[in-house]
Amino acid sequence: MESKTPLLEIVNLHAGIENNKILNGINIEIGPGEIHAIMGRNGSGKTTTANIIMGHPDFDIEEGKINLNGINLLELEPWERAKNGVFLSFQYPQAVPGLQVGNFLKKSVASIRGADAAKGVNFRGLLKDSMKELNMPSSFLSRYVNDGFSGGEKKRFEILQMMLLQPKLAILDETDSGLDIDGIKTVATGINSAIRGTDSGALIITHYSRILDHVKPDKIHVLIDGKIVATGDASLANDLEENGYDWLENKIKSEGEV
Amino acid sequence: MESSQEAREVIGDYKAGWHDSENSTIRFDAGLSEQVVRDISEIKNEPDWMTEIRVKAYKHFADRPMPTWGNMSMLKNIDFEKVCYYLRSSKATENDWDEVPEEIRNTFDKLGIPDAEQKWLSGVTAQYESEAVYHSIRDDLVAQGVIFLDMDSGLREYPDLVKKWFCSVVPYSDNKFSALNTAVWSGGSFIYVPKGVHVEMPVQAYFRINAKNMGQFERTLIIADEGSSIHYVEGCTAPTYSTDSLHSAVVELIALPGSHIRYSTVQNWSANVYNLVTKRGIAHENSKIEWVDGNIGSKLTMKYPSVILKGEGSHAEVISVAYSGKGQHQDAGAKIHHLASNTTSKILSKSISKDGGRGTYRGMVTVSSKAENCKLNVVCDALILDEKSRSDTYPTMEVSNSTAKCEHEASVSKVSDDQLFYLMSRGHTEEEALALIVNGFFEPFTRELPMEYAVELNKLMALEMEGSIG
Repeated sequence: MESKTPLLEIVNLHAGIENNKILNGINIEIGPGEIHAIMGRNGSGKTTTANIIMGHPDFDIEEGKINLNGINLLELEPWERAKNGVFLSFQYPQAVPGLQVGNFLKKSVASIRGADAAKGVNFRGLLKDSMKELNMPSSFLSRYVNDGFSGGEKKRFEILQMMLLQPKLAILDETDSGLDIDGIKTVATGINSAIRGTDSGALIITHYSRILDHVKPDKIHVLIDGKIVATGDASLANDLEENGYDWLENKIKSEGEV
Repeated sequence: MESSQEAREVIGDYKAGWHDSENSTIRFDAGLSEQVVRDISEIKNEPDWMTEIRVKAYKHFADRPMPTWGNMSMLKNIDFEKVCYYLRSSKATENDWDEVPEEIRNTFDKLGIPDAEQKWLSGVTAQYESEAVYHSIRDDLVAQGVIFLDMDSGLREYPDLVKKWFCSVVPYSDNKFSALNTAVWSGGSFIYVPKGVHVEMPVQAYFRINAKNMGQFERTLIIADEGSSIHYVEGCTAPTYSTDSLHSAVVELIALPGSHIRYSTVQNWSANVYNLVTKRGIAHENSKIEWVDGNIGSKLTMKYPSVILKGEGSHAEVISVAYSGKGQHQDAGAKIHHLASNTTSKILSKSISKDGGRGTYRGMVTVSSKAENCKLNVVCDALILDEKSRSDTYPTMEVSNSTAKCEHEASVSKVSDDQLFYLMSRGHTEEEALALIVNGFFEPFTRELPMEYAVELNKLMALEMEGSIG
């Protein structure tokens, strides 16, 4: 692993919004085929990290770099990042009334993977298989993007987009919240099949260890006040679930770095 | 170009037969007078009763003040003395595109009209300035007795039918601009669908203003006899000039018992055209009138398609969209009057304002005291794309019968950064993302249009969105 170029490289990232500093020097390195998770309390900077990788225009980058396969993402517009393989499954996907799901998927696939991928049996086959895997009825295609979707439907739709867009880096921002146990299993299967054994990678942002039981991340990073205070293997999630973030904070205070 | 004096000399030729004229172009001097009105009538060799209506209408127009509502500061800039009221560019109305003068044919080629005609239309009329230059209708419809003519030919060939219905829905005295249209009308469509005949594919009229300072005043009359149906589609464009043109049409629809008329418009006048149009239909027992009205272009549009629900069980729908960009004001809406029992109506209005554009929904629905069990539904949504732009809603309901069921919803929304970011994260540029949102907003409208028009409208909107992001 060490000899490979990292897929995603975040180095000393400092960022904020309107003079409020949120990220205080983040470092994450994800290799090809790896799945990492970020855990942390509300307000610790998890969603900000996700939004900044995707290129949300509201944030100011003060320092640091984000590279994907050696490409400097910070110089690219959000749609250029998407075309370079970055995908974000949103915590709160936005509704676009009047824009049909089927039409939107086709347009997005054409834009990111090229016109051929959005044509004919290539597209329809993958669409059909993916929807089947996610237990989505075909009537879903004629609905409007996220308009009147339940929480679970929104999350499934995000994963459907991930499966069709075939990103190099999938960031999943609390995709597990709002899903029942079966939904979480389905989503985890989707993530595993999209990432394991490929050159792609994933960054899962979550509050709960449950999805991580199914995905089994290579590394877990714990974010407190915009800084990664601990990085460990899958067992770290279970420790956190049992003991809470206070336990981790106290442990850091008494022992220094974990 | 010829002055009115010279034009009158040509009229002299006309009485001897048009083919003697060497010059097929007639352009009246700018300005309006009773003489101009009489000249138009004479050049068309109209029956006296039509000349008389024109003159009466002219007098009413001259006496009637400008409306004291709507965009008065824009209205007062209309200089009626600078408008050309009649311009004929072609000798005759042809039924073969090859016979249409090349320059004019090229214009319609560019607009895709001959192509559309072959693919999906039952009939086409193409008007250039004041007169129809091309006209056709499918033979099978003629065989079934369907009449589809330009209005001038309609008056020549079916004077009794025209006399019976002309001004019966929109009297010349209805408003200042209906008076103007009645005084100087030229072109437009005349349609009669016999009992029980269903015209499956739409018929289309295309209106083109090409000259500067032109006034186009087409007049359309559609009569759907009992149990018949027709879908009429109109499109409009004009080149952009620094000086203004005036388009003031009157459309009258008569839906006899059990018939169905759908009238679709995609108006894309250039931003120097005042578009002041009166459209109204009368719906008899169990008939249905639908206005599908898209306003993309023009400087100022004031247009409120109306339906008078006169017969029991009749139904009205007005589905409209308006796009107001820089320097534009779309003052549009609908009027529906429930005069009979068990009548139903639906108004759906969607408007977008951008770059300082102004959109106004102005609607009126009335239910008369004698009309029992009426249902009415009004939805108006506005989408504002930036801080400079404006949207106003003036919904009026006057319900004089307590059995009526009324529903009204209104919303004003803005495109959010989060919505744009979501779409951009799926590989769409900011402009493309905005176009997806805008087309989605218009979707309830576009799905009511024939597919070719819907595609055209989406393309138009994508063009309007281009360069809109700073």
